[in-house]
Amino acid sequence: MLLEGKKLLVTGVLMDSSIAFHVAKIAQEQGAEVVLTSFGRTMKITSAIARRLPQTPPIIELDVTSPDDLAALPDRVREHVPHLDGVLHSIGFAPPGAFNFMEAGWEDVATAVHVSAYSLAALAKAALPLMSAGGSVVGLTFDARFAWPVYDWMGVAKAAFESTNRYLARDLGPKGIRCNIVAAGPIRTTAAKSIPGFERFEQEWGTRAPLGWDVGDALPTARACAALLSDWFPATTGEMVHVDGGFHAMGV
Amino acid sequence: MADQQEILSGLAEIVNEETGLDPAEVQMDKSFTDDLDIDSLSMMTIVVNAEEKFGVRIPDDEVKNLTTVGDAVTFIQNNQG
Repeated sequence: MLLEGKKLLVTGVLMDSSIAFHVAKIAQEQGAEVVLTSFGRTMKITSAIARRLPQTPPIIELDVTSPDDLAALPDRVREHVPHLDGVLHSIGFAPPGAFNFMEAGWEDVATAVHVSAYSLAALAKAALPLMSAGGSVVGLTFDARFAWPVYDWMGVAKAAFESTNRYLARDLGPKGIRCNIVAAGPIRTTAAKSIPGFERFEQEWGTRAPLGWDVGDALPTARACAALLSDWFPATTGEMVHVDGGFHAMGV
Repeated sequence: MADQQEILSGLAEIVNEETGLDPAEVQMDKSFTDDLDIDSLSMMTIVVNAEEKFGVRIPDDEVKNLTTVGDAVTFIQNNQG
């Protein structure tokens, strides 16, 4: 199996439409032992959704903006698994004001960058004591090389996220730890639906992507994450893998 | 299969667990947001727990149509497996 014996920390499981839910599911099916994270009021939802996985995984409290939670992460993980082979970062948030590019104030932008970009470095750093050579950090983005309709400062935060991935690759590479991200096409998750005007992405994508695109199917993206968490990309780091039906490669 | 009254009382229990609201307050004509003051995160929790309790699937697109407790009860009654 692809992830036989791997111990993985999976953030971002909220609903069973979450990309992270599908990563956790595939990971378990492929032999991995999974620990989830959640925080605050979402913990109750994550707990209920976790019971829909093949094996109900433990859930630890982690607010990626909380220095206390980040500091406590290794001990909280060790209550369930002795080390980590991989970490999935599936975390992003921007206040509603950040989705209006010309009007957004710094406070909203700062929150978006903190939760959606800096958190990748914060999470990797927090998990580092548990990881060793061969480890893999995988994140999820929405290709931030372009200006999109409605994505606005979340797009800027994702650009910072993609850059963070490259710097992490630089600094964790000597320890044998890889950092990569998957640039998925639009998927109808709770997070996506909270973005006003998200449907504008949906309409275009399927027609422009040469392979087509199903906004209701998180599986192709989850499989790519599982592959990057596996031993099958041993010399790949700082990379962004597109799982978007080929949309990114087309001019018109 | 649960009848309307059983679904209502089951739902009231779930709402009570999430919000602390007296189950007696959870009546068919009450609006989740306007009358019961339930926010979107609590609504998600209630939906997920209701799916589990009644063995139904409540698609996200359907949740926005469930304005009142009665809407939810009817949906569950019509869709339980």
